[in-house]
Amino acid sequence: MSRILAIAGAEFRIALRNRWVAIATLMMVLFALVLAAAGAAPTGDIGADRLSVTVASLTSLSVYLVPLLALLMSFDALAGEVERGTLPLLLTYPISRLQILLGKLIAHLAILALACGLGYGAAAGLALWSDPGALAGLASLWRLVWSSVVLGATFLGAGYALSALSRRPSGAAGLAIGLWLGVVVLYDLALLALIVSDGGGALTTRALPVALLANPADAFRLFNLAAAEAVAAAGGINSAAGAIPLWQSAASILLWPLAGILLAWAAFRKVTP
Amino acid sequence: MTSTLKISALTKRFGPVEALREVSLDLAPGMRAALLGHNGAGKSTMMKIILGLIPFDAGGVQVCGAAPGSPQARARVAYLPENVAFHPALTGEEQIRQYLSLRGENPRQAPDLLARVGLADARARRIGTYSKGMRQRVGLAQTLIGRPQLLVLDEPTSGLDPVSRRDFYELLDGLAADGASILLSSHVLTEVEARTDRILILSGGRLVAEGTLPDLRARAALPVALTIRPAAGADAALATALPQAARGPDGLLRLTCTQDEKLPLLARITALGGQVADLDVIPPSLEDIYSHFSKRDGQ
Repeated sequence: MSRILAIAGAEFRIALRNRWVAIATLMMVLFALVLAAAGAAPTGDIGADRLSVTVASLTSLSVYLVPLLALLMSFDALAGEVERGTLPLLLTYPISRLQILLGKLIAHLAILALACGLGYGAAAGLALWSDPGALAGLASLWRLVWSSVVLGATFLGAGYALSALSRRPSGAAGLAIGLWLGVVVLYDLALLALIVSDGGGALTTRALPVALLANPADAFRLFNLAAAEAVAAAGGINSAAGAIPLWQSAASILLWPLAGILLAWAAFRKVTP
Repeated sequence: MTSTLKISALTKRFGPVEALREVSLDLAPGMRAALLGHNGAGKSTMMKIILGLIPFDAGGVQVCGAAPGSPQARARVAYLPENVAFHPALTGEEQIRQYLSLRGENPRQAPDLLARVGLADARARRIGTYSKGMRQRVGLAQTLIGRPQLLVLDEPTSGLDPVSRRDFYELLDGLAADGASILLSSHVLTEVEARTDRILILSGGRLVAEGTLPDLRARAALPVALTIRPAAGADAALATALPQAARGPDGLLRLTCTQDEKLPLLARITALGGQVADLDVIPPSLEDIYSHFSKRDGQ
């Protein structure tokens, strides 16, 4: 464990010096504050507390931003070591490759947690300040924080895997952006096209829930929106959210990080320095 | 005592190319061995196999009684890669603290280790601002962590100035005296000559020569060179007395002979008495011996 922490400590320090911590935090805080301010308008109509509305808006934001941040932090993790020439020496130390990965994961997760905590915290503070009844939404805020970190873990794992596979930071960066576009943006568009062409037929009712659960970003959205039913109106694919039990989306967002790390481990094991 | 490193009939192929062919080697504790060879002769490949970084195709490798790359072997082996690199954003001390933790040692030893390699003043600066020689010293400092039994050093003195080189070899002498085995590669043959117990010459993936310097010198049987400065006015007489000598534009007579002929020849020259102003005997250098062995196999 002390070895994993030694990797994590150095990695966190590097991220701090490379301004990654500052960039990630600033980005989350800025976007969250803008959303909190903009999302204030519809509160009166829905009758939900202000914080729950903010959480719903933050969910839609996090689905894009958290995977992006995670991939940006992770694409260089192994390819950068290969390019700098620091990997061979590290691999001669009495530490396993899985321990190296876990060390990096801990550092990057800490940064994500910090960025999400401060960003969501700022938005929540704004909501609480303007609506004392917003305390009712604290539970959904907490759920959003931890599920964002878990979502980040999935994409960190995927980023490490791409980093190990491409072995060059430039190649890994391209793959990471491609993965983000595919999983977070195009996947939903494809599902939307499916719904439209199928016209609410058997394909939509049977395949759509599976397709949504199979994508970590969609599962994250489902989980947070289904858990906060009061503001279901705020979601995009919200009708499906009601049809899928909460435990299924929870299982999906918890299993994906494991799959991500296993994938990264498998890819890293194939790297010959 | 059992050997620290035992390699038998090691073969490694990269596709159709044989990077190493039937290499065997035995390193006892406290022994300092120098690995010599051209670029591409297989030195770095051999080191990476010993460290367990790359697999091999045939033969056997035992490092401190364990398989290369196994946790037991890694705990006892220190490595200095060629052109060692570190993350530029970390300071020297932070980097060494990390390596200490990775070896399960107390990170507080970092300042001491850096002082041993002469980096006490620069330890709080980022490695990105270091010169090549300073990075090399950080690399050396991390090899000293936790009393390793085997040190594998790939071109350890590249980038070091002459004084640092001497300090470095003194450090190695201390480690070897404590029982650590050292395998190092170098291009600077003169320093290897004085500072190692055994010389290994790799050529085209084969170990073409192995032994102490006197061993190799005797086996190579290279000619000894003599230069004679004639006394004033004795040029012609000397040229007749030593017909095999070539006269250079600088007025010196040069001749070569085998080891066996050396003493009789010297006797003949000294017999010439006052005609000889000066005499130098030049034994074959390590460079000569090295190129003799590495050229013999078609390099």
